[in-house]
Amino acid sequence: MEIIMIVLAGILFGFAVYNILQKRLLRIIIGTALLSHAAHLFILTMGKLKRGAAPVLVDGTENYTDPLPQALILTSIVISFGVTSLLLVLAYRAVKTNGTDNMEELRGNDHD
Amino acid sequence: MTNFAILPILIPFLAGIILAFTHNRILLTRRLAALFALVHLITMGFLLYKVLIDGSIVLEAGDWIAPYGIILVLDPLSTLLVLTTSIILLAVVWYAPSSVSEEQESFYFYTFVFLLVTGVSGAFVTGDLFNLFVFFEVLLMASYALITHGGKKVQLRESIKYVLINLFSSMLFVTAVSYIYAVLGTVNMAQLAERAAASDQPGIITTVAILLFFVFATKGAAFPLYYWMPHSYIVPNPVVSALFGALLTKVGVYSLLRTFTLIFHQQPEIIDQLFIWVGNLTMLLGVIGALASRNIKLIVAYNIIPAIGFMLVGIGIFNHDGLSGSIYYLLQDMIVKAALFLLAGTIAAAAGTSDINKMGGMIRSHPVLGWMFFVAGLVLAGVPPFSGFIGKLLLVRGAFEKGEAVTVIIMLLTSLLILLSIVRAFIRIFWGEGEAIKQQKRHNARRLLPAGFLMLFTVFLGVGAEAILPTVQQIADYLLNPQAYIDLVLKGGR
Repeated sequence: MEIIMIVLAGILFGFAVYNILQKRLLRIIIGTALLSHAAHLFILTMGKLKRGAAPVLVDGTENYTDPLPQALILTSIVISFGVTSLLLVLAYRAVKTNGTDNMEELRGNDHD
Repeated sequence: MTNFAILPILIPFLAGIILAFTHNRILLTRRLAALFALVHLITMGFLLYKVLIDGSIVLEAGDWIAPYGIILVLDPLSTLLVLTTSIILLAVVWYAPSSVSEEQESFYFYTFVFLLVTGVSGAFVTGDLFNLFVFFEVLLMASYALITHGGKKVQLRESIKYVLINLFSSMLFVTAVSYIYAVLGTVNMAQLAERAAASDQPGIITTVAILLFFVFATKGAAFPLYYWMPHSYIVPNPVVSALFGALLTKVGVYSLLRTFTLIFHQQPEIIDQLFIWVGNLTMLLGVIGALASRNIKLIVAYNIIPAIGFMLVGIGIFNHDGLSGSIYYLLQDMIVKAALFLLAGTIAAAAGTSDINKMGGMIRSHPVLGWMFFVAGLVLAGVPPFSGFIGKLLLVRGAFEKGEAVTVIIMLLTSLLILLSIVRAFIRIFWGEGEAIKQQKRHNARRLLPAGFLMLFTVFLGVGAEAILPTVQQIADYLLNPQAYIDLVLKGGR
């Protein structure tokens, strides 16, 4: 199971980087969203999947699921959700103001 | 007593929230912001005194014992940096009314400034790697708001790149943390240090460390990952540039300093050489960028990069002198960069342009500004008796001790080129002929006072080095001995 998850995370990382390297702004944002999904899957896998009982407070529970990666992933999901929504609004404003969504045309120079 | 450790985060956070409620009454907001900044500065000064006299303060949040809960650590290094941050905060809040438009001020400007400081202070005091990521996000969120504040065309253009590169490196950070968790099974820095030292897999740890190095190097703008930095730092208001230039990249350097002295020093032959060579290239290429620029703000922004290089080299040298040099340089560079950005903003506002070729002869209309800029340039280049010299002297001594002669040559060459870039800008702007631009003098004085306040500290760090150097050297010894931090967090501290 871990192998499948890691391969999936790898594929997501690949797609994410491919999309980030595109010129259209929307493609780039989709790329960053995919990147965060990949990273989150990766955290989840790193704590080992399916180890048995829930991490509850009964004494003598062996083989319980590691709760820490789940806490980490939750924090990280919330943060990337916030940043992605901010990025979408920012991109919308930037496209309206600059009149283009092509990164090639958003280069700029020293003196403006 | 241990609850003091939350104050560096709590004060700016509460200040930010309170200022959000008063945002429509600009005069009140300004005064409250200055008051909060002053309170923050005094409290941090008191905390530093407390930490130096009584020893470090460790807060275990919610009474969860050390490796399980989130901990905040006020040791001499983090407290000193938090104090420096509060000095810069005060200067920035002081300068802001003369530079930021009232409309912007009423649009939660001070709230974002204080939230940025919350994130920066949090990153300095946290003792947990994942928590460090969270505080990075807090400060980045505030910085996203500040960099687009005003919503000019060029700001929106550059901020997209800024947000994207930071988002990308944040996700790499998460990935690196999960790797570390998989290898060592914890995210508490002290426990990481303990387990990394006992681990029989130094190869894997070093590999993960290099991934983490790239994350922090991106945030700290080291070679080859600095290309995003100069242009995005000059587009917002000079006040915001000063905050960014002084604090954001330095948080990256602090994280490198903390994690690589504490946790990832398993294979010194690889890690040290990585730091030294990345540092060397950062210094050289950064200063070349500064020499190639004709925009005063861009010259200052490019000058951040060689400073980062100096600090990286110091971490790579990894002996007593090298680390004390790095820390000293870090402290003084935060202050002098803030001062330089404020001065550059004042120059650009007085001249009505940022292009140094279009200025000239400003020494007649703005003598104080001119000489302050000149002194700041000398500090940056490391001319004695100013503070840059002390840091560089220690670094050079440390490098010789380690036998890194090439690094010494590059360091000295870089210092010379920094001097060239600043003095050339000074000559173009202040000497020669040019229509002396007449500005209201009073307005100008209001802008000069905060920069002068910062300059006072840099001069003190140089002339009064005797007072501060012993503390910095103690911190270097403390960093060289990770066991001290481990004992502080895991066993004692209460």
